[in-house]
Amino acid sequence: MAVSPVANSSVAATASAPTLEVRNLQTHFFTRAGVVKAVDGVSFTVQRGKVMGLVGESGSGKTVTGFSILGLVDEPGRIVGGEILFHGQNLAKLREEEMRRLRGNRIAMIFQDPMMTLNPVLRVDTQMIETVLAHTKVSKEEARQRARDTLGMVGIPSPDERLKSYPHQFSGGMRQRVAIAIALLHRPELIVADEPTTALDVTIQAQILAEVQKLCAQTGTAMIWITHDLTVVAGLADELAVMYAGRVVEHGPVNETLDKPLHPYTNGLIGSVPSRNKRGEPLRQIPGMTPSLLNLPAGCAFRNRCPKAQDKCKQAPPLGELLPGRQARCFFPYNMPAEAAA
Amino acid sequence: MSTTTANTTPAAAEPVATPKVEGPWRRFISEFAESKLALLGLIVFVIIALVAIFAPWIAPQNPYDLAQLDIMDGRMEPGTVGGAGFTYWLGTDDQGRDMLSGIMYGLRISLLVGVGSAVIACAVGASLGMLAAYAGGRTDTVIMRLVDLQLSFPSILAALMILAFLGKGVMNVVLALVIVEWAYYARTVRGTALVERRREYIEAAQCLALPTRRIIFRHLLPNCMPPLIVVATMQIARAIALEATLSFLGLGVPITEPSLGLLISNGYEYMLSGKYWISFYPGIALLVTIVSINLMGDQLRDVLNPRLKK
Amino acid sequence: MSVYLLRRLLQSVLVMLAMSVIVFVGVFAIGDPVEILISPDADQMERERAIKALGLDLPLWQQYLSFLGNALRGDLGRSFVFNEPALQLILQRMPATLELALGATFLALIIGLPLGLYAGLKPKSPVSSAIMAGSILGFSLPTFWVGLMLIMVFAVQLGWLPSTGRGPTVEVLGLHWSFLTWDGLRHLAMPALNLALFKISLVIRLTRAGVRETMLMDYVKFARAKGLSPARVTYVHVFKNIMIPVVTVVGLELGSTIAFSVVTESVFAWPGMGKLIIDSINVLDRPVIVAYLMMIVLMFITINLLVDLAYSALDPRVRLENK
Repeated sequence: MAVSPVANSSVAATASAPTLEVRNLQTHFFTRAGVVKAVDGVSFTVQRGKVMGLVGESGSGKTVTGFSILGLVDEPGRIVGGEILFHGQNLAKLREEEMRRLRGNRIAMIFQDPMMTLNPVLRVDTQMIETVLAHTKVSKEEARQRARDTLGMVGIPSPDERLKSYPHQFSGGMRQRVAIAIALLHRPELIVADEPTTALDVTIQAQILAEVQKLCAQTGTAMIWITHDLTVVAGLADELAVMYAGRVVEHGPVNETLDKPLHPYTNGLIGSVPSRNKRGEPLRQIPGMTPSLLNLPAGCAFRNRCPKAQDKCKQAPPLGELLPGRQARCFFPYNMPAEAAA
Repeated sequence: MSTTTANTTPAAAEPVATPKVEGPWRRFISEFAESKLALLGLIVFVIIALVAIFAPWIAPQNPYDLAQLDIMDGRMEPGTVGGAGFTYWLGTDDQGRDMLSGIMYGLRISLLVGVGSAVIACAVGASLGMLAAYAGGRTDTVIMRLVDLQLSFPSILAALMILAFLGKGVMNVVLALVIVEWAYYARTVRGTALVERRREYIEAAQCLALPTRRIIFRHLLPNCMPPLIVVATMQIARAIALEATLSFLGLGVPITEPSLGLLISNGYEYMLSGKYWISFYPGIALLVTIVSINLMGDQLRDVLNPRLKK
Repeated sequence: MSVYLLRRLLQSVLVMLAMSVIVFVGVFAIGDPVEILISPDADQMERERAIKALGLDLPLWQQYLSFLGNALRGDLGRSFVFNEPALQLILQRMPATLELALGATFLALIIGLPLGLYAGLKPKSPVSSAIMAGSILGFSLPTFWVGLMLIMVFAVQLGWLPSTGRGPTVEVLGLHWSFLTWDGLRHLAMPALNLALFKISLVIRLTRAGVRETMLMDYVKFARAKGLSPARVTYVHVFKNIMIPVVTVVGLELGSTIAFSVVTESVFAWPGMGKLIIDSINVLDRPVIVAYLMMIVLMFITINLLVDLAYSALDPRVRLENK
């Protein structure tokens, strides 16, 4: 996998204070059918200037985790436990108005579908200028100036003209660039990107990935990249957190995690990605279905699909540091040194 | 509902969650009964319908029989005892007609016109809608253009036009209501049928070379029933209101067969002098009828609309 | 844009032609044209002379052409009752009807929009349930009966408002208007509210559905993620989107409001063209009926055209397609 080894010398990264630390986050949805524990014990840290890949199948709680960080969880959902520490400040306890001042300012979000994120009846300049004015006291002209500069920064040609356009006059890739530009307007310290390239062509995806990586390195912005696509994460992220059924089951530096996964679920995910050196072999798939969040099996949520499951898995395994800098939620992990020796 | 319908309503009936095999008809009833308001609407409507059907046997007086009317009893207040020896619980009109009896008989006309026109409009509209969906092409275009034209035209105006051309009378009112309403059914059936047509089971039926008639009546039509029932319920309420309006304007049923609208109209001039009951009580009867139907319709729409499930 | 406009105008002319055929067939073919066009008081000699003069002995298509030719010159026949050109009668009464319909539309918007917005933003509050129950009632209640009840309560029992008529009018631009005087306004209040009732319910439902649907859109969540104030999200991002369906429907409904003013005008004895048409149907004054129908179709087509233009002004996506 083509990531520079320097970026991944794992332990060194924890030295400075993290931009974001999520501790045992729990976000539940109180529906008529019962309590859906969409996020039920999610912990991870994101360092300054680093990209944290948050990986999982659809329905694993990745997006809800992202919304929880921005305080955008809607009824009937609610953060019921845990802490979201942003530079040490617990976002879960902030009042709505304080949270609003952070949103789009110091913490920004990019959404999945660029066709849906821009308001179709407002011009691009309106949607950018209002974001500037929501957080800084500048004149409308200055705000427009900043909008134009930022559009140029994300690689939109002739930004002056494009500012006066409506969203439907842009292609999907261009719209996502506009959305990214809006996220970057206030040089946020943290960006939550929710599968921002999934809806785009592969070539455009690559362009945007490269630019985002560059921008993060330049500005020191930390980023959470939510995706279900391991190949995207492999080339982009520094750290990786794998989610399953509302929980983080594995968390660690991206290369080590992908090379020697600890959790059977991570192992299964990697096995199901097609790659060139596995040509001719059948793709392995994880047997069974993602369990319904309404009635999760007791103990390890993955045990019904897990090749290594034993009786002990009927108790919930804790998220433990199994190797230095690497955490997993499993009693019988793969790739442990002892196992390798035996 | 027959078993055929049960087997071919996948949109509304599956998945059956409970392990006990529960027919869609039972399920439908229990879901309908979830709304207490809808249940109330149903009960009230059944009572109203029974009163209307049995009016000649339970009404204190035959309001059409002039021999039974006593002009001396005209415009009596509710609760007074008349010359014939019985109490006018809801008062009398200017002819000395017992309002309670008048309302019971009026309900007969209103319901007959409302339900009758809805049934005819449903038959006409559903056939044309089905034809449009099944034939496609130019037939479809022509029928749907007509539907668009009809729907873009306010119902009252279309009805006024028809009555202006044809004159008054119960049959003309029914005809006007049918012409006003068929388009709603046609649009509904065509929309549903177009969706159903593309389903595999229709393709399978066509592959078996089943006759077109059989495909339409045994396969397509049962699947169009849920939305059709909803539209029909709402349209009955609309038809009753429209008939009352036309009669109030003096363009509906003739004076010899007063519907609720005409009773209200008759009382209009007395209202300004404070004799409210001649207009008021028929109005309440009309209102209760329409609201009860609409309450049922609202719930039916929720229960029968598969999109709202889950 | 001009090509589009031209095409729409052509369509409108075609619809007008189609309607003229329907009205012609309705009045001249289904009904007895002699009875329709010649005063029932006329004797046999007069009748025959009139039949010749009106060309009723000619084939139907020739009759239609002459009807069409007259109509184009603004001649839709003379009223039997008033002995005036039918078109002139209609035009005289049109301002009163328009005033009533516009007043009702105005009321529908200023009452319906806030209520619908509230019900959409707070769907679970008991006030919202009350608003929605009220809107079901607004759909269910027959207009004429509500009108009667309004008169009974506000005019007969309380005596606050006049029961019928239009009150004093002020002449502006050669037309008479009620809403410019206090007494005129008092006369306008009840009929306008009565006519507005159905539209208020409609606007409430449209607004609520629009708000609830729009609130779920990604762009609203994105607007919140940008840190915009709730007021800006609601009044700019949500409101601008729901205005598209609301304006379209209310605009299109203006035609039906004018048509339904027939009922309200009859209840409140409002001297508009709706009351005229009912009176005319009751006394079989058919030239007036024909004139009314043709006029109202013309108004319908005009309104539809204007709404389409307003729609494209509001929705940038449509604007592009039409260029």
